[in-house]
Amino acid sequence: MNADAAALTVDQVHVWRGDRHVLRALSFGVDAGQLLHIWGPNGTGKTTLLRVVCGLLRPEQGQVAWGGRPIERIRSEYQAAMAYASHEAALKGDLTALENLRYAVGLKRRVRDDELRATLERTGIGAGADLPARVLSAGQRRRVAMARVLAMRAAVWLLDEPFTNLDVGGSALMSRMLEEHVDQGGLALVVAHHELELNRPIRRLELSA
Amino acid sequence: MNVGAFRAMRLILHRELSLSFRRPDQLLQPLVFFLIVTTLFPLALSPEMSLLRDMAPGVLWVAALLSSLLSIDALFKGDADDGTLEQLALSGQSLSVIVIAKTIAHWLVSGAALVVMSPLVATALGIPVDAFATMMFSLALGTLTLSWLGAIGAGLTVGLRRGSVLLSLIVLPLAMPLLIFGASATDRAIGGESPAGALYFLASLCVFTSSLAPLAASAALRITLE
Repeated sequence: MNADAAALTVDQVHVWRGDRHVLRALSFGVDAGQLLHIWGPNGTGKTTLLRVVCGLLRPEQGQVAWGGRPIERIRSEYQAAMAYASHEAALKGDLTALENLRYAVGLKRRVRDDELRATLERTGIGAGADLPARVLSAGQRRRVAMARVLAMRAAVWLLDEPFTNLDVGGSALMSRMLEEHVDQGGLALVVAHHELELNRPIRRLELSA
Repeated sequence: MNVGAFRAMRLILHRELSLSFRRPDQLLQPLVFFLIVTTLFPLALSPEMSLLRDMAPGVLWVAALLSSLLSIDALFKGDADDGTLEQLALSGQSLSVIVIAKTIAHWLVSGAALVVMSPLVATALGIPVDAFATMMFSLALGTLTLSWLGAIGAGLTVGLRRGSVLLSLIVLPLAMPLLIFGASATDRAIGGESPAGALYFLASLCVFTSSLAPLAASAALRITLE
């Protein structure tokens, strides 16, 4: 595949963490409708890579481009088209699941509460939508984070260990979501330390120490 | 449809205020602190009104300064700890917009609340009613400026585990002009003189920090998030 033509390209990225050279001249491209599974042992920079791609971490060398343009130059446009889910659920414990979504998704696009409710329903939090996030279990919180990614309607999904804490049903739902997203022409980067069970071709990027 | 900066600001303001009101203990803490400090002075010094009146502007301003510092530490900390700060930073909105909304929300629940409460304290310290307007206006300007200064400090220290001491070291020296001119405005109003000069200076500081602090604090946050 020609890396220049891809929707999202990572070009010769170097990242140091302290005196550790975590990412060395990493290059790849992901096209619309593709899923890239990033895997490797702990501490090889999977999360770091995802943070570079989402723009939270600036690489010491190299660049990440979206549609051929460096992401720092089209920051707000890129962010509006991107949904990032870190390894923690990133919810406010004092706000309800619905409010968490309202404030997080509402900054990206105008959204109505009934749509958010329907999304929560889909990820299995229908009954818990009005409960404060702190009383939800870790798996439920993960499902709320899942609903947040869905509701953002983003073209780019950057997911860090999205299967953590999910039960069998939740994992299956997450897989189905990923399949649908890819089918609709979205692209996804998924960090996971185990095999992804998807009925779609998966590209894999292995990071090693 | 994209979300405009103004709408985003309203949304964040709403978020911050609902978060504050769900944690009444944290909401009341700086106000109670302000109340306690200002009532301790008459007990420790002397209940003599003339002496208290001389000390009142200083007491009021030092208490306001410390009370504002007490709560500013949490401005970004909570969001940084639970990961929502990253979500805010990646929301497609400029970080300055986020900083402005969060700082205004902080001022509303700390500074503005303190201004509303100040006549009560002022009465206890023997400040004449004629001076209330000046005192409240100067406190409003001063606490807003403090919130802006605090936002820069909070942005710089949010990544540190015990950043609150450092935060005080960063913010307190910058807050000295506020203390001097704020207390002097109140002092002049008590003495029946015109406080205009000191108020102008406070207002200019407030405009200066309002325009520069969002940029400085968002630059600090961006570094912290890395």
